[in-house]
Amino acid sequence: MHADLDEIRDSFGFFDAWEERYRFIIDLGKSLPSLPEADRTEDRLVRGCQSLVWLVPSFDAGARTLRLDIDSDAHIVRGLIAIVLAAYNDRTPEQILAFDMEGLFADLDLLAHLSSTRGNGLRAMVARIRQEAEERLAA
Amino acid sequence: MNRPSSTTAAVADIARLRADFPLIQGRDDVVYLDNAATTQKPRAVLDAVRAYYETTNANVHRGVHQLSDAATDAFEGARARVARRINAAAPSEIVWTRGTTEAINLVARSYGGSVLRPGDRVLVTELEHHSNIVPWQMACERAGATLAAAAVTPEGALDLDDFEAQLGRGDVRIAAFGHVSNALGTVHPVADLVALARAAGATTLVDGAQAMAHYPVDVRALDCDFYAFSGHKMYAPTGIGVLYGREALLEAMPPWQGGGEMIEEVTIEATTYAGLPFRFEAGTPNIAGAIGLAAAIDYLEALDPRAVGGHEGELLHRATAGLQQVEGVRIVGTAPDKGPLVSFLMDGAHPHDLGTLLDRQGIAVRTGHHCAMPLMQRLGIPGTVRASFALYNSTADVERLVAGVQKARSFL
Repeated sequence: MHADLDEIRDSFGFFDAWEERYRFIIDLGKSLPSLPEADRTEDRLVRGCQSLVWLVPSFDAGARTLRLDIDSDAHIVRGLIAIVLAAYNDRTPEQILAFDMEGLFADLDLLAHLSSTRGNGLRAMVARIRQEAEERLAA
Repeated sequence: MNRPSSTTAAVADIARLRADFPLIQGRDDVVYLDNAATTQKPRAVLDAVRAYYETTNANVHRGVHQLSDAATDAFEGARARVARRINAAAPSEIVWTRGTTEAINLVARSYGGSVLRPGDRVLVTELEHHSNIVPWQMACERAGATLAAAAVTPEGALDLDDFEAQLGRGDVRIAAFGHVSNALGTVHPVADLVALARAAGATTLVDGAQAMAHYPVDVRALDCDFYAFSGHKMYAPTGIGVLYGREALLEAMPPWQGGGEMIEEVTIEATTYAGLPFRFEAGTPNIAGAIGLAAAIDYLEALDPRAVGGHEGELLHRATAGLQQVEGVRIVGTAPDKGPLVSFLMDGAHPHDLGTLLDRQGIAVRTGHHCAMPLMQRLGIPGTVRASFALYNSTADVERLVAGVQKARSFL
């Protein structure tokens, strides 16, 4: 079950203290489905992340939507993945490419609270998904 | 490091030292425990660098004018200061570099390049920083030699039997090892390792990056051939480091970078090289950095090393004991002799999770593999959280670390 983007936006609106934001992000991460060990392979690693992030894309040709299964060995990163997936998962390539992810990060005030190296990892994940969407469009 | 009992007077003196470090004084929102990465700078160092630029700045060695003479005197005075600090036989055995990494690269390229032959081995240890692995891999590749690593024990100490066994094969040409492990804090019995390596006919290089801020180092007592360290990990500026080399070895080594400063005479056909140590210092050096490093040495030498050692040992002891009280925390690296550095893990948490939650609480630690990926692979862990201490850290800093880890645990 994936998190709902509107609920995430609403929840972030209520947070005052960093503790609340981080508990929420970590809890989102805990509810993110894990990838089976067999899918956690070297070739599925997203480059540019400090912790390990695996991405398994699949395409539903009927609905023309991208299915993304992403996992990490770190809780906070899993929470960030859950937020990204709330925006991207089961969307068409056109919807993915049209979505303003930097805008979402700004709305949630996410990047300000991430170190630049972790922010870069998040951007690397987003770039990897957009690349996947572009390849589907070109196919 | 053994833990001498620190007297109340010594601790009070140490507390006063915090005032010498503008960043530590000015940023009381940050508990800075990433000292193994780089230390903060005392005002004496900042003043020395500033005074140099304000009163003495000129290029060294070549000028006929007064400012150049004064800059050269200050620069060469700094070299002599370093030589005295580590008990080198002469200032000409001190080569300025950008840091430990460049010093090791210099030896691997110049010395390694001239002595390594196919079939030779270079021996490092599994505890090394990448800086003391990769340059040797490159040198071995060029020469057709092989890189070997002596094993680490599960406690994070060097396996001395394996080290001896590796040397016993008789083909080790160069043995390069750290003085203090940057990842786990383990202090190696460096003098013993040097003696074993020398007996086996190997030339020795010691990576002293993590030792110089905490211990008085005497290169002649250690009897090593090369000793490399960085200024910025011992309260001096970034971008200045030192290669100590035994004169007879340096004398026989070819230059590795060409340019100004390192020559005696240049024609289009050929160049004769300058003597030691200038042959290894192509280009305008980091003059202000060298002067800053000399000021950092002056600062350290004005302190009672036993009081500093006792204080830092006390911080390590309290941090270790405090962290062990937190449920699910495991200390990584439990060798009996450790520098003021503690690496740890928490069950069910990635080091980055812990590092991020500590950062949100204003506690600066290092997380990850600490540029020691072979060590992490050997220990079977993705990395650790590392808290490393300097003389300006307080027992209150340690308490905040332990409380911060407790709090992080409640999130995970």
